[in-house]
Amino acid sequence: MLSERAEEILEALWIQIEEGKKSLDLGACRDEPACEELLKFGLIRIDKDHIHLAEKGRSLAMGCVRRHRLAERLFVDVLDIKRKMIDEVSCKFEHLLHRGLEDNVCALLGHPKVCPHGKPIPSGRCCAEKKAKKLSRIIAPLSDLEIKDKGHIGYLQAKDPGQMQKLLSIGAIPGVSIVLLQKFPSYVFQIGHSQFAIDEDLAQRIYVRLSK
Amino acid sequence: MLRDFPRKIGYDDPLEIYLSRLESLLLSDYKISRRSVSLLLLQEDKDMLSAVKEKEGQRAGEILSIIQEARAHYSQPLTYIISLRRQREASRISNAVTSVKEGHRPSLRDYFSRILMDPLIGGPILLAVLYYGLYKFVGGFGAGVLVDFLENTVFDKYINPFMINAVNSAIHFKLLQDLLVGEYGIITLGFRYAVAIILPIVATFFFAFAIVEDTGYLPRLAMLIDQLFKKIGLSGRAVIPLVLGFGCSTMATMVTRTLPTKRERIIATLLLSLAIPCSAQMGVILALLGDSPAGVIVWLGVIIFVFLIVGFLAAKIMPGELPTFYMEIPPLRLPQLSNILRKTASRLKWYFLEVLPLFIMASVFIWLGQITGIFNAVVNILKYPVSWIGLPDKAAVSFLFGFFRRDYGAAGLYDLKREGLLSGNQLVVACVTITLFLPCIAQLLMNMKERGLRMGIAMSVFILFFSFGVGYLVNIGLTLINIHL
Repeated sequence: MLSERAEEILEALWIQIEEGKKSLDLGACRDEPACEELLKFGLIRIDKDHIHLAEKGRSLAMGCVRRHRLAERLFVDVLDIKRKMIDEVSCKFEHLLHRGLEDNVCALLGHPKVCPHGKPIPSGRCCAEKKAKKLSRIIAPLSDLEIKDKGHIGYLQAKDPGQMQKLLSIGAIPGVSIVLLQKFPSYVFQIGHSQFAIDEDLAQRIYVRLSK
Repeated sequence: MLRDFPRKIGYDDPLEIYLSRLESLLLSDYKISRRSVSLLLLQEDKDMLSAVKEKEGQRAGEILSIIQEARAHYSQPLTYIISLRRQREASRISNAVTSVKEGHRPSLRDYFSRILMDPLIGGPILLAVLYYGLYKFVGGFGAGVLVDFLENTVFDKYINPFMINAVNSAIHFKLLQDLLVGEYGIITLGFRYAVAIILPIVATFFFAFAIVEDTGYLPRLAMLIDQLFKKIGLSGRAVIPLVLGFGCSTMATMVTRTLPTKRERIIATLLLSLAIPCSAQMGVILALLGDSPAGVIVWLGVIIFVFLIVGFLAAKIMPGELPTFYMEIPPLRLPQLSNILRKTASRLKWYFLEVLPLFIMASVFIWLGQITGIFNAVVNILKYPVSWIGLPDKAAVSFLFGFFRRDYGAAGLYDLKREGLLSGNQLVVACVTITLFLPCIAQLLMNMKERGLRMGIAMSVFILFFSFGVGYLVNIGLTLINIHL
């Protein structure tokens, strides 16, 4: 089991790669025990001033980022924690979210693809086999709902501003209540007193916080 | 009460700061408040951005950098942030002044709405709408009864003889007489076509279309057909221009403006030109094949096949944004006669302004073609492809006329049929080819107007070769499998 600090370093390395940079400035963490720990397991490489993520460390780093961003989603979507506090809380919480538990949270949230800041959440095994598991979810994309499922729109995850504009133009805005009326051949849902039909691609972009 | 609601919506602090920074840089007059301008800028409104770039000169750079900064500050697009805030304010206001009765029971209207959106029941309903609305009302009443009366009684007995006399006694140049009241004259052909044949057909069609439109059926049809239409590069939304094409394809081509992407507009225009027969043409074709149900089935099968395959291939090769489908499903309503009449009237007015001039031009073209001899030359050229698809030479004239008026071409074939010059197979081949053949000249001009000169011409060339190609294949196919219709 890695220490919290070590996990954070892995996370930072992953984000560097995600943002298109190769390595991390060694800087402050030069003589930290966490670095030693990571080196010992062969998860990172260190040259003069930089830390690099080793091949062996990739999947671990990805897991750390995944847990962090899932934790953020959990706090924002389910527990309604103020945006300003998310970072602080999720930094602590992610370390508690270990294997198994992490996939359950992911399923609960409808296998979200981005964090509340709009950064991608690396997908886990559970996302691929989501159809198999019937966990009672709290949040799910509209396309995964059953007919007559009700809830409120939690968030939108559009692939581009044009798509976002389309969703906003039909009033699919976080917070409004929504009922799914039909799934085939198109998705038909009711928002307020109006009904709309959309295709599957758009239906996958609307995440609904389910109510019983 | 109203005092509780501020007249402007406040946004969160960072956004307000960006707004006030932008406002302080906007020194020109935009007719709306600087706050509104700034909000539009933050939402990346293209028109406003270019207006500001133009009017603010040097300050534009700084303005753009503030917009950049604001966008970087938020993880979501600013349109989203702003819409969210506005929605919240709107709900706050509406919650304060409205109340909703709980326990709404499903009504008859909900029941009908559900039925119309049911994929199994939707198909038969569509067929019923097409049969009664299009075939019986537009085809039977409009294209039959009304056209008969206007053409044979009003024009042939009264207007034409009167105009021919009047023109011939006032003007003594033979050429001008021909242009106005000759066999293909502006008055005797162009105006008569537009008023006696097209007007009753499109008027009945628009009337039927307005009824269907006002009930709220079309969005439900769009929703049912979206997945199929995605395969041919369109979204369910395109059902409106395509259905309108069964009335007048020229008008429908104009309505493709309502489609959101250029790609969808091009595909819809191509399909309208090629595979959607307008009401005038359909009437004559059904008259030609009326006594041969097998012929109708082959014709319909080939046209539907062409529609799907051409759409499918066009969707494969056309670059551009894939279509998205989103549409409001309005509540079902009983249409109101006054609304329907008003809609029909305004569409007819629009039709006359846009299409009548094209028919007049068609008359002028035919006149020019006749006096220069081009007409005969083209008929002679057309005889080759016409004989390749196994039709008698005489049919070439029909094809050329078909170009000037789609249904007139088919009417020429009708004469050939009466003379006993066409076998069952030849009739089917001719109907298939003439349905696919170049759209009428009005539509050709509309294609060039809406899609641009190059695209319009490219489409026409494609359709020219394609229609004869399909006719050729149908002829060969029927002969090979030894079918005689």
